[in-house]
Amino acid sequence: MKVLVTVKEVAEAADDFEISGTEIEEGYLEYDLNEWDDYAIEEAVQLSEERDDVETVGVTIGPERSEETIRMALAKGLDRAVRVWDDAIARQDLLDVDAKARLLEAIVEQEEPDLILSGVQANDDSFGATGVALARQLGVQWAAVVNRMELTEDDTVANVRRELEGGVEELTEVDMPAVLTIQTGINEPRYASLRGIRQAQSKEIDVQGLEDLELGEDAVEGALDLTRMYEPVSESDAEIFEGDPGETAGELAEVLQEKGVGAQ
Amino acid sequence: MSAVLAVADHRRGELRDVSFELLTAGRELADDLDGELHVAVIGGDVESFADKLDRDGVDVVHTVDEGEEFNHDVYVQAVEALCGEIDATAILAPNSVNGLDYAPAVANGLSIPLVTDAVALEYEDGLEVTREMYGSKVETTVEVDADRFFVTIRSGEWPATEDRGDASLEPFEFDLDESAVGSRVTGFEEVGEGDVDISDADVLVSIGRGIEEEENLEIVEALADALDATLAASRPVVDNGWLPKNRQVGQSGKVVTPEVYIAVGISGAVQHVAGMKGAKTIVAINTDPNAPIFDIADYGIVDDLFEVVPELTEQFS
Repeated sequence: MKVLVTVKEVAEAADDFEISGTEIEEGYLEYDLNEWDDYAIEEAVQLSEERDDVETVGVTIGPERSEETIRMALAKGLDRAVRVWDDAIARQDLLDVDAKARLLEAIVEQEEPDLILSGVQANDDSFGATGVALARQLGVQWAAVVNRMELTEDDTVANVRRELEGGVEELTEVDMPAVLTIQTGINEPRYASLRGIRQAQSKEIDVQGLEDLELGEDAVEGALDLTRMYEPVSESDAEIFEGDPGETAGELAEVLQEKGVGAQ
Repeated sequence: MSAVLAVADHRRGELRDVSFELLTAGRELADDLDGELHVAVIGGDVESFADKLDRDGVDVVHTVDEGEEFNHDVYVQAVEALCGEIDATAILAPNSVNGLDYAPAVANGLSIPLVTDAVALEYEDGLEVTREMYGSKVETTVEVDADRFFVTIRSGEWPATEDRGDASLEPFEFDLDESAVGSRVTGFEEVGEGDVDISDADVLVSIGRGIEEEENLEIVEALADALDATLAASRPVVDNGWLPKNRQVGQSGKVVTPEVYIAVGISGAVQHVAGMKGAKTIVAINTDPNAPIFDIADYGIVDDLFEVVPELTEQFS
């Protein structure tokens, strides 16, 4: 079977940062593999380790810089990688959910995977919608926020647990092929080994643009425009203790003692 | 006339609180659109749900008597059919786990834009949605250039509509395509039962990602011991397997309301805050002065937890 994993490079903002227009200034951003996708990669790699017949492919939508991230996914054990990008995609300041689903659909048509794993959300834009939108675009089944998955022996059904709010999990059977969006905590993502990193460096990444995917520029034109970005006004009325750790801990201890903490 | 269709969330026989917040958001948007607020409740005891959803500002409650529990294929078909029936301009749903399990599919199927996790909505010449990015470090506004759209709303951002209304209750029937139902819910499980119930504790010392390594838990355990407090955690600590699930505070863990909640190395992501904002006194210890936890804290120390926590433990030993 073939497992396709969607992988996103996400930007993380430093504790202190500056905003320019509708973007955080580049110097304050660090790029990393999306946390949720890390768990999706691990789930795919574990599946390939358990069985002899599993091929795992990572797909990312991102500029050249994101090759570092997709190589990390290769170093962790994915077999191959595809990167989707071109100038027309780069011109979009906010690639909306449908645009991503259309791009990924084109890759799915090429790869014909049996199972698609995607992180529940990306930590930068937090839309949390690409996986389910992709499933609908493909006309296949899906499950969102999966924290355990087991495939039946004949690979026709995925038995999953969906993590609902408030410590409740839903047990669901999903017909395959399917898109599952993977929640953190489903497994323990591995660190890439040095050998894995070395091997990943030499692997070729298949870069495809809109033309390769037989899509027009209108495929990535969305209805959403990012018009403002600003730091939220702090609503804090917290009393902040100042001083060295001894002093601040002392002041906090007084407050806690007044409230009867540690009185026994 | 424009119509806003708000789709309620329920689980195991109970409407979820966010459904009543959804009514408020829906009414505000309907007012901006000079339109009607229609509410849909799909599955379960729809009669009783409809009665509870008949609140101030709701024009029509549509009951869709299909199945007991949430099934995304049924929701997708029902919402799309109902949306066509009432010619809805806007569809609103909670940004819940189930909301995110069908909203993207409906938006994709109807070819309308989707904006998730809205914290504010405004409609003048078009829709403007406020939402957060980069782990709540920034707020953004997104303009939606479309005549119809789907928005999911974050829980806790709108007050719940409490007053009774006089909506008309209308059963909605549609031909469910059984062959398109490709998933089946087979049960539910409560997780996180164990020796300790953190929701009973008066004082909680809760640890987050800032603890960095499992070995470092010791210093927080020492503090909890010294304070005679119970140890709790935010999601990353539990995901790493450093503490069991029954210690997790937050949207997917437990909701706690202790007298004192000491958040150590916890940034205060919205999912965590949802589980502990009801604490009477909140104390935060974090190196990042802009961490959202300080927005809801009563007392704070902006410093390295590895320096502060041992000092604090010392004070109580």
